Amino acid sequence: MNWPHVIVLPVVLPLLAGAVALLVERRAPRLARALSVGMTVVLLIVAVYLATEAATGSVQAYLLGNWKAPFGIALALDRLSALMLVLTSVVALGSVLYACGRGPHGPRDTQGPHYHTLFQFQLLGLNGAFLTADLFNLFVFFEVLLIASYGLLLHGRGSARLRAAIHYVAFNLTGSALFLVAVALLYGMTGTLNMADLALKIAALGPESAALARAGGLLLIVVFGVKAALLPLYFWLPDTYRAASAPIAALFAIMTKVGVYCVVRVTTLIFGEGGGVVAHLATPWLPWFALGTVVLAALGTLAAVQLRTLVAYLVIASAGTLLLAVGLGSAGTLGAGLFYLVNSTFVAAALFLLIDLMAGGRGAAEDAMVPAPLAHRAAFGVLFFVFALEAAGLPPSGGFIGKALLLGATIDVPLMAAVWTALLLAGLGVMIALARAGSTVIWKATDANRMQTMAAQGDTLERVAIGWFALVMLAVIVNAGAVTRYAESAAAQLLDRRAYISAVLGAEPVPPAWTPRSGMEKP
Amino acid sequence: MELLLAGFVGVLVASGVYLMLRARTFDLVLGLTLVSYAVNLFIFLMGRLAVGRPPILDARLAPTLANYADPLPQALVLTAIVISFAMTALLLVIALATYAETGTDHVDGQEPRAPEDRG
Repeated sequence: MNWPHVIVLPVVLPLLAGAVALLVERRAPRLARALSVGMTVVLLIVAVYLATEAATGSVQAYLLGNWKAPFGIALALDRLSALMLVLTSVVALGSVLYACGRGPHGPRDTQGPHYHTLFQFQLLGLNGAFLTADLFNLFVFFEVLLIASYGLLLHGRGSARLRAAIHYVAFNLTGSALFLVAVALLYGMTGTLNMADLALKIAALGPESAALARAGGLLLIVVFGVKAALLPLYFWLPDTYRAASAPIAALFAIMTKVGVYCVVRVTTLIFGEGGGVVAHLATPWLPWFALGTVVLAALGTLAAVQLRTLVAYLVIASAGTLLLAVGLGSAGTLGAGLFYLVNSTFVAAALFLLIDLMAGGRGAAEDAMVPAPLAHRAAFGVLFFVFALEAAGLPPSGGFIGKALLLGATIDVPLMAAVWTALLLAGLGVMIALARAGSTVIWKATDANRMQTMAAQGDTLERVAIGWFALVMLAVIVNAGAVTRYAESAAAQLLDRRAYISAVLGAEPVPPAWTPRSGMEKP
Repeated sequence: MELLLAGFVGVLVASGVYLMLRARTFDLVLGLTLVSYAVNLFIFLMGRLAVGRPPILDARLAPTLANYADPLPQALVLTAIVISFAMTALLLVIALATYAETGTDHVDGQEPRAPEDRG
């Protein structure tokens, strides 16, 4: 690459856009909105460019302060990071377009101040977390994305939102405290925070440090489990996602994937094969917790009495399936999981938006699962049917291909019986829940009056946002071969961690053009 | 010295967890603050205790950790303090807004139904 700084753009651009949006939003709200949408489009282009770079198989490292790793903070881009960047910007574009739409009570981004600033800072935190190769820097980006998400969750007020926010903030603050304890423990054992260096140092630890290092590692995975909504730690999610406004809930579809990403990163890089005393740290128990998550999430979809709660449980189910793929830990399951990740993220976001549009046109019933007036039933029905196929993993959707790949990859593992039973039963449960929801809300709907018809029609931008997700999912299904190959090579790259380690530790600082000391020294 | 500080960390975490479980927003804020103090102290301790040793390089001393205090945990603690301070402020604002909106300081936004509220 001729210009080495492209890799830092996904962090710098939202920061700039957020700051400028803060300056101009009072005087020119339309300018702030245009800036936010424009920057999200630019981010998508940058992310796709970085993905094509990463697809060649090289790992790029970028030394932020021009200090050689592990002394400075390094960013690293491999196939997985690039994939996550693309997912984030695709979801962000749909979300921001929907937020700019007219909405039943005016555009959602004008319900309170600083919407676009918070939105861009959220993207900054997400992109930074996907790119950083430093454990403490990961903590900082987590805090950036969390504090932005607190603001976005509360945007527009309402007592349900406040109540959910208290739980969400308190839960995540406790999670952050545990994150710091884990990071400090690992630093105390190894004396480094750079993940590539940590992978080497931790493998060289003697058995006398094993207990503390393992405690630190497991604590770290617990913290990521909070973000990824793993079994005992997901109870904050349904309320939070139900309370958030639709475009924010759609954006939050990527938030659980941050936790999944971090679990993938640390279990392959640090706690994987060749990890010494911490090798295969999560393997004995992560699949079981993930299986429990999938089953309980499927039960949650069956028990949901509101459409938003149903989709929130779909998010948990997809995170559970992903963690199952990660926990089983072979190249096959990991590749299948990464493929499943793509469309399961998009479909959750798309369903949040679609349901919000429907709820707007259903009068007082909103998103409750009762028959109520609904206009444009044919359009809603087709879209809901397509998204439901995708979410339940029925052919010919991407969810089906992902699950089939995952089931195929688990044929020869000891847990096969449990995995197949849980995944297939959960798929059945989700299918029943979605079929019931669709028939209650769309089939049994009564005729709508003129105002409800108007509201259900939505704004052009809102329709474009939902269409965008449908289009991207279709593109993934049509190009399933290419995406599968990318996911499989990403998994292979993750399991062979040498490339990542040598790229990060081998990155050389740029020689300075001028040093402040040169003028001070006597000739 | 190590034992004393480790004891401090333990007591702070225990008090913090107790307060966090009391399901009142103000207790929750105090509890989280205590836990974050404990975490800060813990990070500091992970750099090992060093008395009377400088954290910056000195030409007269050999550059090994035997002669210096580890400066990195101190930098980490500073970052952690700033972040937890900001988060506590935010949580206080949310707690106040919830109180104004719902008229109760229970974290669920409503009083529990049972009359004997053990809080």
